[in-house]
Amino acid sequence: MFNLSSAGWIMLTGALVAGSCALLGCFLVLRRLSMLGDAISHAVLPGIVIAFVLSQSRGSLTMFIGAVALGFLTTFAVQYLSQRGIEGNAAIGVTFTSLFAVGVLLVSVYGQHIDLDLDCVLYGEIAYSPFDTLMVRGHFLGPRPIWINGVLLTLNLLMVGLFFKQFKICAFDPGMAAAVGINVSLMHYLLMALVSVTTVGAFESVGAILVVAMFIVPGATAYLLTDRLGHMLLIAVALGLLSSIVGYQMARWLDCSIAGAMATACGAFFLLAFLFSPKHGVLMRMIGQWQIRRRLVEEDLLLWAWRRRERSHQPHFTVGELGEGQNWAVREALVVAQRLVRTRLLAVSEGAYRLTERGLRYTEDLIRRHRLYESYLYGLGYPTDHVHAPADRVEHHLSPATVAALAKATSDTPLDPHDKPIPPEPPTRKNHE
Amino acid sequence: MDWLDDANTRWVLLGCTMLGASSGILGSFALLRRRSLMGDALAHAALPGVCIAFMVTGARSLEHFMIGALIAGVVAALAIQAITRYSRVKEDAALGLVLSVFFAVGIVLLTLIQHSGRGNQAGLDKFIFGQAASLVGSDVRVMAICAVVVTVTSLALFKEFKLLCFDAGFAHGQGYSPGVLDGLLNLLIVVVVVIGMQAVGVVLMAAMLITPAAAARLWTDRLGVMVMVACIIGAVSGVLGTILSAQALRMPTGPLIVLSATAVFLFSFLLAPKKGLLSRLRRLVLVRSMVGRENVLRSLYEIAEATGSWDVKVTEGELAARRDTPIKNVKRRVSRLWREGLLARQANQLSFTPRGLQEAYRVVRNHRLWEMFLMHESQLAADHVDRDADFIEHFLSREIVAELERLLQIHGREPKLPASVHPLQESS
Repeated sequence: MFNLSSAGWIMLTGALVAGSCALLGCFLVLRRLSMLGDAISHAVLPGIVIAFVLSQSRGSLTMFIGAVALGFLTTFAVQYLSQRGIEGNAAIGVTFTSLFAVGVLLVSVYGQHIDLDLDCVLYGEIAYSPFDTLMVRGHFLGPRPIWINGVLLTLNLLMVGLFFKQFKICAFDPGMAAAVGINVSLMHYLLMALVSVTTVGAFESVGAILVVAMFIVPGATAYLLTDRLGHMLLIAVALGLLSSIVGYQMARWLDCSIAGAMATACGAFFLLAFLFSPKHGVLMRMIGQWQIRRRLVEEDLLLWAWRRRERSHQPHFTVGELGEGQNWAVREALVVAQRLVRTRLLAVSEGAYRLTERGLRYTEDLIRRHRLYESYLYGLGYPTDHVHAPADRVEHHLSPATVAALAKATSDTPLDPHDKPIPPEPPTRKNHE
Repeated sequence: MDWLDDANTRWVLLGCTMLGASSGILGSFALLRRRSLMGDALAHAALPGVCIAFMVTGARSLEHFMIGALIAGVVAALAIQAITRYSRVKEDAALGLVLSVFFAVGIVLLTLIQHSGRGNQAGLDKFIFGQAASLVGSDVRVMAICAVVVTVTSLALFKEFKLLCFDAGFAHGQGYSPGVLDGLLNLLIVVVVVIGMQAVGVVLMAAMLITPAAAARLWTDRLGVMVMVACIIGAVSGVLGTILSAQALRMPTGPLIVLSATAVFLFSFLLAPKKGLLSRLRRLVLVRSMVGRENVLRSLYEIAEATGSWDVKVTEGELAARRDTPIKNVKRRVSRLWREGLLARQANQLSFTPRGLQEAYRVVRNHRLWEMFLMHESQLAADHVDRDADFIEHFLSREIVAELERLLQIHGREPKLPASVHPLQESS
């Protein structure tokens, strides 16, 4: 077990870091505290440097205490300033930049004496993690970062597991959380404390700024993929692990910063989710909108054909007549009509189209909605020449329940305000397609 | 002042001053538009642009870096906008996401350049933490041009930006496109970020945009004044940081400039008139003592009202018991009222002076009017009204009072003792 290759150790370190960050990151994203997480990951720098100077070693307990102290200081300061009239974002900005500046100064002052430089602060040194080994009584126990980040991941899992319900309610409805007796500010500070210690563990591996990517990006990605908190946590952690593997391979291939590549991989996964998420992706939304638009055009055609049939008792129409009647280009009219033929709502013989039995039923349902809505508006006091346009827009979107309510509200009137018959309710409603 | 003889120091001083001034101006608009952290995100996002510019041109030139950073910044701003608009990810997460991922890409590119062996001569890593000391005349000239462009543009668009900050909806109604104006503001921020990167570095550049503006906001409520103050604070921080860095060797300029700005901010936070911590505390103390004083007057009036005679005599203990106040506070307030000539003291017995009765009448009337207001306007249960009224009566304006007087008479709650002692004296 302790004989992984160097690449294996690096990927494992990355996976542990990404896993614990992603876990907490979900709550940061949900509570809209992403930038506070960003602030903390910068602001712990002076704490780490001071602890490093005092203890002369990395990953020591002093370092974690220093980081948690600074994490709390940041949280308090941001809260204090924003409660006293400083705009929230500005409060975050002033606090973390000041503390980071102190940290940079400290590094530059003590940099010559201690083994901590700004490069390490920035990029981390995940590539060296296998060489920082932990030896106990001469036994090789694996690299130290593995142990540190493993303990941190366990701690985060334990805390999130123990306080899952509390974190959940606080994330979605802090008001309710307070009402059911959860100490909201205690949970807030617990989360911030966990973020602080996790930052320290991640710090050496991925650096101060990339840890932000590890926190926020998997959480935001998971947020686009699911609506359930439990799933969100699982997906985020899985994405974190995946990013560390993909990132490492990419870094090997390109010969570039491993931590940078891991964070870039996180970003790539977000981009994929942003575009292709089944429910919240841009593509799916575009498809949804396109489908609605297509349905509206089709329904408009059916309504036109039905009304023409009612008016002139002429069941057949040509594409040319359709184009003229609907003000469509002939080619467009042909495309739509052909589509309806395929769904068997229209039938065609020798260029003459007509509504099929199924098409008639489907359209009568639309006409019923349209005319019921017109009657309803008329009942509200609309003049007869003002009811058609609103009904024309809304007819495509009324649910069966609404139609039933409209029928009740108009006492099942048989005629619309223009004295045209309202088709009766069909015995069984069949949906288009 | 021998450090000023050094030409290099003079360039650095000039550059940092201009940087502070122009970022103070822009920061004011960003702060009011609640986009303070946009500068942070755009500063980080500029890194890949700088790297790509170096990879394309193969030379370290500020102009090329600026063009690269500008493009990357615009792409980042658009990405943030797209994420918040087309997905359910909120703005804070979008900012953090774009910031960190762009920076990560930048670091990947940076290490690619370094591993190809050209990075060190490029001095690209100086861009991350900044190295003001390396500024030379030509750099400062470019910075000056940018600073002037930014300042002139934002002053020329002052009216438009003002509208955007305070009422984007109204700006839209007036025919300005908030999207275009926001984009322009972001573009200007990117320009400032680019000139600031070399001086203070990408990470601390955010501070230059946020801190002077946040400090200036504490001094004034007028945008014009705020922009001016922020500009001055930014410039002063630049000067201060440069001088400190020149005096204390080996201390980098960027963090010192940022900490100078923080010092000015803390000074403003403590001492600014109206919004400063001290003046808030002072106001709090004043309000408390006013409330306490009026409470004593009201207690005495209520006791007098119950007996039907304005010259009733009570002890301090009775006053304290009436409102359950510590006797210590009552004693302090009574002696103040006595000094003001509102209370008369005989042995341990307190009573109103004629002026005291007048003042007490005003306080009690206000209080009861406010009770009426709450009862009728917000439909609060009558027994919940008194506690609120206790606090808020001291802020009731004369106009509202007049409106409520009629209601008070309808409900028979008008103060029973007259404001003046003279009618009573005449009748007795």
